[in-house]
Amino acid sequence: MHAEARSGLFLTAPYAVFLLLFSLFPIGFSVVLVVLKWDLVTAPSFAGLDNVQHLVVDARFWQALVNTFLFLAIHLPLQIIVALTLAWALDRPLLLRAFWRAAFFLPVVISGAVVTILWSALYATDVGLINGLLARVDLGPVPWLTDPAIAMPAIAIMATWKNVGFYVVIYLAGLQSVPRSCHEAIELEGATAWQSFRHVTLPLLKPQTLLVVTLSTINGFQLFIEPYVLTGGGPLRRTLSVVLYMYRNAFSYQKMGYAATLGLALALIIAAVLVVQRRIIGSAEES
Amino acid sequence: MRRAAFYVVLAVAAATFLYPFLWMAATTFKSPAEVGGLSLLADQPTLDNYRLMWVRAPFGRALLNSMLVATSVTLSVLVFGSAAAYSLARLRFPGRSILNAVTVAVLLVPAQLTLIPMYTLIVQLGWVDSYAALIVPFAFNATAILILRQFFLQVPRSLIDSARLDGMGELRILFTVFWPLSKAPLAMVGIITFMGAWNEVLWPLLVVRDEQLMTLPQLLTVFSLGGGAGPRQLATKLAAAMVLVVPVVVAYTFLQRYFIESMASTGIKG
Repeated sequence: MHAEARSGLFLTAPYAVFLLLFSLFPIGFSVVLVVLKWDLVTAPSFAGLDNVQHLVVDARFWQALVNTFLFLAIHLPLQIIVALTLAWALDRPLLLRAFWRAAFFLPVVISGAVVTILWSALYATDVGLINGLLARVDLGPVPWLTDPAIAMPAIAIMATWKNVGFYVVIYLAGLQSVPRSCHEAIELEGATAWQSFRHVTLPLLKPQTLLVVTLSTINGFQLFIEPYVLTGGGPLRRTLSVVLYMYRNAFSYQKMGYAATLGLALALIIAAVLVVQRRIIGSAEES
Repeated sequence: MRRAAFYVVLAVAAATFLYPFLWMAATTFKSPAEVGGLSLLADQPTLDNYRLMWVRAPFGRALLNSMLVATSVTLSVLVFGSAAAYSLARLRFPGRSILNAVTVAVLLVPAQLTLIPMYTLIVQLGWVDSYAALIVPFAFNATAILILRQFFLQVPRSLIDSARLDGMGELRILFTVFWPLSKAPLAMVGIITFMGAWNEVLWPLLVVRDEQLMTLPQLLTVFSLGGGAGPRQLATKLAAAMVLVVPVVVAYTFLQRYFIESMASTGIKG
């Protein structure tokens, strides 16, 4: 089949070139950049381990990392609880079932840039929708984005609102695959609805929970447009994310070597966090 | 009674997701005095916010840019991507197993790792401020190729054999035999690719500085960071956001089942 081999090579050649140039080269070059000092204007110079040494003592990087973990510590549990609750609510014969699902999913299809600008209006201290609603019950106004202690939790709530519909769909598919007989069996033993949910449904949803945690974590480490537009990383750098800091190093300070070092460090941290999460969720069953 | 209460709670939950969008749409028609209000109807509706955003920044041009970029990326991923997927699935040629392995491996690489090297590459290529910078790095997509490849593997061998006996070349087999059988995965790949390109904002912020070449999410971001935070600016920003939202909401209303199933089954979000 000489002709078949020729067709195969011909049809995959563009893809092979693309992979070399836009996947394999950047992956390899990300490691090379770590030892370079380069502003993209003058020639790059060898910097040894300067970038790595700077990273270790760079307070902004560690602050950004702590911020991201705080974000995840709020965002992950909130996302799981809200997604499970909404999926549980939809897992029954309902009027307008497609409508409810579509409503929860709508923010998922909207650009993060739009959602962020919309929430800057919702969170605005004086003319914002949320403080307007709070004022009706004599609460607030809450300085959502200007108080250092509140800004990151506010961003975590916003991110949950944007993404949760996606996880509702994932949990809903999982719930629909739990056989009714499982619930009937345990309820015959006298278990309450909550016990049945806790001891039958929840363990069976472990694959979905693992997916939710994995994707939300990867997503959380990509946090960029939200602090970029809402807070600029402030107040007091409390919403600075690693990707925002990386963007500034590349785009504003022209430090390609250091920006790439941040990217490599972030990739390693993500891998480590995902491994730990997998262990924890994997062992949750035995306990 | 309990059932009615359940629907009330469900309606409140749905309103949490829908009301902000309705409030946003309403606010864009309000005068500065009314902007803070919770009402969904403006007392004195005005188009000033739209007029202002339209003259202050090239949103018409950005809309065209976004459509051009998202359409080019989607067509490329579908046409060239399915040619690669077809070969990887059904043709025997040297290097096929390496190419398959690399396709799976690049999926595991986080985007943060390659962002800066990609940016330096674009600068070195002299592609800053060009459509090429927005299109070419997304011309192929490993996820799309794997989805299509998986589907193409299930097409019966006999269809290929008889098409070849009829003298068809591989490209004709792909487009006249495989494509008509693959409408569902092609639609899925088309939707996720288009939405990804349409919504992307970090990459354009890095590689485009010329206002005339900015995509909608990028121009919207730059525009909203430029202005103040008063009621007038707020309504103008939201009016600008509407240019990006309205086409998506219209498409979503008619195709929501496909949107939800495509995105949920591939684990990709907009």
